[in-house]
Amino acid sequence: MPGLFIDVQVNADVKGDAEIARKLEESCSVDIFKATDAGVEVVEANLDECVLCDLCLAAAPEGSVRVVKLYEQD
Amino acid sequence: MRFYEYESKALFEKRGLPLGPRHLVTSADEARAKAAEIGGSVVLKSQVLSGGRMKAGAVKFADTPDEAAAHFEAILPIEVRGEKPHSILVESKSPIAQEYYVAVTWDGRNKKPVVIFSDMGGIDIEEVAETHPEHVSKTNFSSLLPITPRLAKEAIGAATVSGSDLNKLTPIVFELMKIFLEYDLTLAEINPLARLEDGSFAVLDGHIDMEAEARGSHKALLKELGIGDDETRQARPPTPFEIEGAKVNAVDHRGVAGNVVEFDGDLGLVIGAGGGSLTLFDAVRKHGGKPANYCEIGGNPSQSKAKNLTKLILSKPGVDKIAVMMNVVSNTRVDIVARGVIAGCIEAGRDPSEAIAIFRIPGAWEEEGFKILEKYGVDYCDRSVSMYDAAGRAVAKMQAGS
Amino acid sequence: MSILIDKDTSFIIQGITGREAVNLTRENLDYGARIIGGVTPGRAGRDIYGVKVYDCVRDVVKHEGQPYGSIVSVPPRFTKDAVFEALENDIKLIVIVTENIPRREVAQMVELANLRGARIIGPNCLGMISPGEAKMGGVGGPAANTRQAYTKGNIGVMSRSGGMTTEIASTLTAAGLGQSTCVSIGGDAIVGTTYAELMPFFEDDPATEAIAIYSEPGGRMEAELAEWIAKNNSRLPVVAFMAGRFMDEMQGMRFGHAGTIVEGKEDTTADKIQRMEAAGISVAERIEEIPELIKQRLAEKK
Repeated sequence: MPGLFIDVQVNADVKGDAEIARKLEESCSVDIFKATDAGVEVVEANLDECVLCDLCLAAAPEGSVRVVKLYEQD
Repeated sequence: MRFYEYESKALFEKRGLPLGPRHLVTSADEARAKAAEIGGSVVLKSQVLSGGRMKAGAVKFADTPDEAAAHFEAILPIEVRGEKPHSILVESKSPIAQEYYVAVTWDGRNKKPVVIFSDMGGIDIEEVAETHPEHVSKTNFSSLLPITPRLAKEAIGAATVSGSDLNKLTPIVFELMKIFLEYDLTLAEINPLARLEDGSFAVLDGHIDMEAEARGSHKALLKELGIGDDETRQARPPTPFEIEGAKVNAVDHRGVAGNVVEFDGDLGLVIGAGGGSLTLFDAVRKHGGKPANYCEIGGNPSQSKAKNLTKLILSKPGVDKIAVMMNVVSNTRVDIVARGVIAGCIEAGRDPSEAIAIFRIPGAWEEEGFKILEKYGVDYCDRSVSMYDAAGRAVAKMQAGS
Repeated sequence: MSILIDKDTSFIIQGITGREAVNLTRENLDYGARIIGGVTPGRAGRDIYGVKVYDCVRDVVKHEGQPYGSIVSVPPRFTKDAVFEALENDIKLIVIVTENIPRREVAQMVELANLRGARIIGPNCLGMISPGEAKMGGVGGPAANTRQAYTKGNIGVMSRSGGMTTEIASTLTAAGLGQSTCVSIGGDAIVGTTYAELMPFFEDDPATEAIAIYSEPGGRMEAELAEWIAKNNSRLPVVAFMAGRFMDEMQGMRFGHAGTIVEGKEDTTADKIQRMEAAGISVAERIEEIPELIKQRLAEKK
């Protein structure tokens, strides 16, 4: 089930990168990212636990990860 | 965490304190058999956690085994402050020459253990302290430095006791001091501690409270006494609703969303933290509101904890609305709690704008939290509305709705 | 002026790499605290927002100099050892954040602190703040939130509840009453420093003109405060808020903090209110009454 409040989007061009996947998993204190053989997986069940720390934005190339506040959209 | 009398006595006996023959029984036949085995007069005592057994008629003396069986039947259904016994202690009744009182507890003022001793045992010690202060001694001792029996001797002597009683009591009192420290107790009490007519001493009644936080350090003892991990030993046993509340809190270690206590009102409360919950519960009652529960959130709980607590409270029959209120928060986040309670309402099949009577949590991340509440049409307020007035708004909505 | 801490107070954080301690470090630094080092065994060499991490307190002292204070934020079973370590390294002011420490261990820490001439605040507390000067602990949260709730002024605040410390300060601030120092003393049955033990500090602080306290059922701390005030003819008007009045009817049930339980008459709010009023303490029924009562009491004094 996707989050009610938060969505996290990872650009297709970095999704398969094992190194970025590992960094993303490490950066998140609420386990939203999971590094797998196929790259990074977004764990939907944990999306609403996001604390908006922005550490994932710094862990991946600029602009490749977006944290979307669904409650700010119409 | 309170021990039953029979458990307290088992610990005392393990540590070599003098006790008479006794058996825990659960049927009238057993009571008859054990009374015969002990021989002579016996006393039957209801095993409940609260005091006031004697007044309630839950302690009776029997001269014959048949009388013991009859008393068993009489005592078993008696509620002592709302609590029914599961078992009854049958104990030899000894002729008493003199009763003493001894207890060890914490003195929050001196921040040290204190041993309280009196030669006027058997009655309410607070009363003795008021009417005969010279017969009650209070002696602080160190929890850090080694202790020796002289402390016990001084405590006994300070209550005007001397002679051979002083010498015979000293090792008993000293042992109680050691038991108190060793097992992280908050109370170790013997009342009465009796000198029998034959000159020997015996623990006639005893009472032990262990610090709940220290349970983990004393697993072996608790197992030996048969005290289960799930026994809360509060003043009353937990309700199923409260047990579910404890489960919500135990799911992850992030923050607190629990300490749920059930009440019979209709307004669900998602409130926090320790002091804030007490303040808000008072406020709801002062406005004439009827809380369905007490609880505490705090310490920055995860979104899912807040969600599951909300779901649990909304699942309680008769709960139409919840009030979500806290003091100005520092480390708990307004936005995370807002997400949790809104998701809880939705998962419970309720419209958050209807189900949440008021949301009053100002403080850390409130701008973000208020955006979420706006989006879902939830009535909220900031710190300019006091905790008291926020509670009033919730109660007014309940009253308008009914 | 203020009590216990000011902008020059240096301290360390024991358990600095833990989840809550990392937050605490940033929040205190942002508020201007002088944190000269941190300790987590086995994590020497790490850096938390510019604060160097060492394996033990002795190493911090060796490399960074002698700190005055320490915030202890380690799991309950390690807390006593951490506090003993601080005390034996000549630290004089210790804030224990950790919750769920058995009383025996708290009592032992307090005894050793007394032997070493040091002071403990807590356990189970959010520390303290001298607004505009420094804070030591989680009280008030992030620096921006802290500045919103706390302002510099003349009211001393003492509270058994960390959260209510901020609620009271925020209410005082809104009414134009700033604070000298606010201390979250902790919610346990035995705490390092009680209301009555803080009173002499406030009494001697020229900036403090009145005191606001948060109180609740359980323990003898309010009775002790009332006695202190009566005995020392205090110059400071005291206004108390009493929470948990519903608990008077609920003997033996534990609510809120570990120290909050009604077991005897002296634990009840009714008994505490009576003792406090007899000693001249004004007791508020609602938080928002506190500023008005303080203003009244201050006006009467003049």
